Amino acid sequence: MAEPMKIRATLQGDVADVRILMLHPMETGQRKDGKGKIVPLHFIQSVLVTHNGKTVLDAQWSQAVARNPFLGLRVKGAKAGDKISVTWIDNKGEKRTDEVTVAGAS
Amino acid sequence: MNELRRSFLKLTGGATALAVVTMAGLLKTGQALAAWNKAGFESKAVADVLKSLGATDAAESKDIVITAPDIAENGAVVPIAVTSRIPNTQQISVVAEKNPFPLAATFDVGGGGEGYVSTRIKMGQTSNVWAVVKAGGKYYVAKKEVKITVGGCG
Repeated sequence: MAEPMKIRATLQGDVADVRILMLHPMETGQRKDGKGKIVPLHFIQSVLVTHNGKTVLDAQWSQAVARNPFLGLRVKGAKAGDKISVTWIDNKGEKRTDEVTVAGAS
Repeated sequence: MNELRRSFLKLTGGATALAVVTMAGLLKTGQALAAWNKAGFESKAVADVLKSLGATDAAESKDIVITAPDIAENGAVVPIAVTSRIPNTQQISVVAEKNPFPLAATFDVGGGGEGYVSTRIKMGQTSNVWAVVKAGGKYYVAKKEVKITVGGCG
């Protein structure tokens, strides 16, 4: 099972600043391991971010996204307590969903 | 829109792709993941990437801001943020010109997202980073050079 994501959603006015850190090797299929064997492609292909169940970001990625990917976005019309949910699926069909609530402005 | 669809169909092989797209469209939001742009992600030249996005006639725009370091010491982690001030921004793609596969990521920001995404990509060598933005059915681009001290594709 994939490691949980770290998600933070903070309110700035009516815009939620969402920062997501996913733990994933993001192998490019070009790197060789210690024995000189090529490490097979393994990367997150799709990321879906929803705000109270409504899609706000639908991303398609290639292996060029860095290891342990970071994703930042802003969600308009958000309120404290709103639910932000993030799902990723990699090229091996592995997936992970995590959810946070939007924190009020500090 | 029609042109985009036509080239998309041509590239992904007709009926199957259309069926996949239609099905994804019918599924409820929250479940639907956009069909992965295989042609685009497997393209080895920027021109082919633009073709796969349907953005061959994209105009340069000053309303797109790419926030990236001028010099990135480590090509394995290059922070890139794209802000589009163009109204009705629907999609943002990040392209690293000289990567083996230039298209790094595509973000559909249609529903309620702002024209802003930030992420970190790998870059093999010094090159231009392109942000391709789709807004109101039209395409716009911006470029920024990022110098790489140590490549990150190996």
